[in-house]
Amino acid sequence: MEKIESIQRQIIEEFEMFENWIHKYEYIIELGKELPKIEQEYKVDENLIPGCQSRVWLYAEKKKGKVVFFADSDAIMTKGIIALLIRVFSGQNPSDITASKLDFIDIIGLKDQLSATRANGLSSMIKQMKIYALALNAK
Amino acid sequence: MLDILNIRKRFPILQEKINGENLIYFDNGATTQKPKSVIDTVSKFYKQKNANIHRGVHFLSSHATEEFENTRSSVSEFIGAANSNEIIFTKGTTESINLVANGYKSILKKGNDVIISELEHHSNIVPWQICCQVSGANLKIIPLKENGELDLTYFQKILSKNTKLVAISHVSNTLGTINPIQEIIAASHKFGAKVLIDGAQAMSHINLNMEEIGADYYCFSGHKMYGPTGVGVLYGKESILNDFPIYQSGGEMIEKVSLKKTTYAKIPHKFEAGTPNIAGVVGLNEAIKFINGLGVSNIKSHEDSLLHHLTEKLIKIDGLKIYGSSQNKTAILSFNIDGLHHYDIGVLLDKMGIAIRTGHHCTQPIMEKYNILGTARVSLSVYNTIEEIDYFISAIRRIKNMLS
Repeated sequence: MEKIESIQRQIIEEFEMFENWIHKYEYIIELGKELPKIEQEYKVDENLIPGCQSRVWLYAEKKKGKVVFFADSDAIMTKGIIALLIRVFSGQNPSDITASKLDFIDIIGLKDQLSATRANGLSSMIKQMKIYALALNAK
Repeated sequence: MLDILNIRKRFPILQEKINGENLIYFDNGATTQKPKSVIDTVSKFYKQKNANIHRGVHFLSSHATEEFENTRSSVSEFIGAANSNEIIFTKGTTESINLVANGYKSILKKGNDVIISELEHHSNIVPWQICCQVSGANLKIIPLKENGELDLTYFQKILSKNTKLVAISHVSNTLGTINPIQEIIAASHKFGAKVLIDGAQAMSHINLNMEEIGADYYCFSGHKMYGPTGVGVLYGKESILNDFPIYQSGGEMIEKVSLKKTTYAKIPHKFEAGTPNIAGVVGLNEAIKFINGLGVSNIKSHEDSLLHHLTEKLIKIDGLKIYGSSQNKTAILSFNIDGLHHYDIGVLLDKMGIAIRTGHHCTQPIMEKYNILGTARVSLSVYNTIEEIDYFISAIRRIKNMLS
C-alpha cells in the first residue's frame, strides 16, 4: 500500500491535467458514479455525517491492522469527493491516518470552489474519518 | 414597462463576475441585492451623520433621530398602516414573530388554540411551538394540498372560539404560493381570533394596505426588499400594541425608571429597547424610495412574466418536477430532476455563475409533505431578465447531461 502522502501527490498530478473546471468536475462526477455502493445496513442515521447539505454515510472497519472505509452519499459530487478521500485513507494504518495532513483538496482547487457550508461538510467528513482511525487504533 | 437594463445598472453587484461568469442572481427569496442608492445612504450615514438617536440634544443626534423617524413614516405609508406608531423596528421577520410569540406566552391560556400552516417557514413554526409549550395552548395545523395551496376547508373546521391566534405566511418562501390572507383574516376575526401574517416574501412583490387587509400583526424584513440586513418591521394595530406585553427591556423603552418601579414608554418605543440598527433603518427608507420609484404593480407584472417564461421552459425538461402549481404565485419556483440531487444541481449552476438556493429552505414540513429532502429553488426579482432565464435553462440541460 502506498503512503498517504504519495497518493495525495498522484491525485494532485491527475488534476493538473485538467484545463478547466468543467473537466475537473466531470472527473469528480465520474469518480462519484464509480464509487462502489455500500450495504444498505450501513446507510443508517448513526453513520450520517453532520454538516453536509447532502446525506453522507461513513463507516469504517479494521482489517489486518488497516482501516477500511465505506461511504456513500445521495449527491454525486459529494460521492466523487468521498471517492478521493477513500483512495487516500482506506487501507492505511490508523496512526498514519490520524497523523496525516491532507492538502490535496486545497491544491486541486476544490476547497475554494466549495462554499463555506460545503467546506464545513468536507472538513467534518475528514474529521470523522480520523475519529474512526483513532477509535480503531485503540481497539 | 420597466427599463430592466437601466434598473440593473443601479445594482453594483450585478456588474461582478462570479467564477469568471456574469453573475446571475436567482436567490432573491433569501435576500435581494441592494441598489447603489441604499448602499450610499448607509455609507453616508456613517461618514457624515452617525449619532445615537432619541436622547441627544446635539445636531447630529437630532438629525439622526429625524431620519430614523422619517423611515417609520415611510414604512407606515408604504404598507398603508393607520399611523406610524404601528411600525416597530426589529432586526428582521424572525424577531418580529418572536416579539409577538413572546407576548402570547402570557396571553394564552390552557385550552386556547393557535393555528399555523404546513407551509410555514421554521421561523413561523418554532416560536409558536415554544409559545404553546409554555402557555399550555394547542398548536393546530392547516394542511397543504398537493398543488401547494392551503386546505381552507380544513381551516374552517378547526377554527373555533378557542382560537386566539392564526399565524400564516403571506407567500410561501419555498413554493411561491400567495395565500388568500384576506379570506383567512376575515374568517379568523369572526371567531375573535387575531391574525399574524409573515410577510417576508411578499414585500416589493405584492401591493400592501394594512387597513384593507386587516391583519393584526404583519412582519417583514428589510433585506428581502432591497434594503440592508438586520432591520425588519413588526406592524401591529395600535389598539393591540398599546396593551401588548413588553418584549426586551432596557433603555429607550421606558417612560420613568426608579429602583422600585418602572413605567414604560408608549408605542412604538415600548418595543424598541436599546440602540437600534439606525443606519439600517435609514437605508430601508431608501429601499422604499427605490421600490416606489418603480411601482410595486410594475415590479409584479415584470416578475409575473419572468415566472411564466421560466415555468414554460422548465416543464419541457424531461423528468423535471415543479412543486406547487397554484395560479396565485410570486416568482418563486422549486423543482427537482428525476435521479439528480438538488445539491449537485446547485453546485454546478454556481460554477456557471448562477446563484440559486438548494435544500429544505427552512420548511422541513413541506419537504415531508412531498416526501423529499430538498429542492432547487429559483426566486426572481425585478432585475432578472428573460435572457438570464434562457441561459439558466441551457445550464440546466447541460447539467442534466453531465450528471446522468
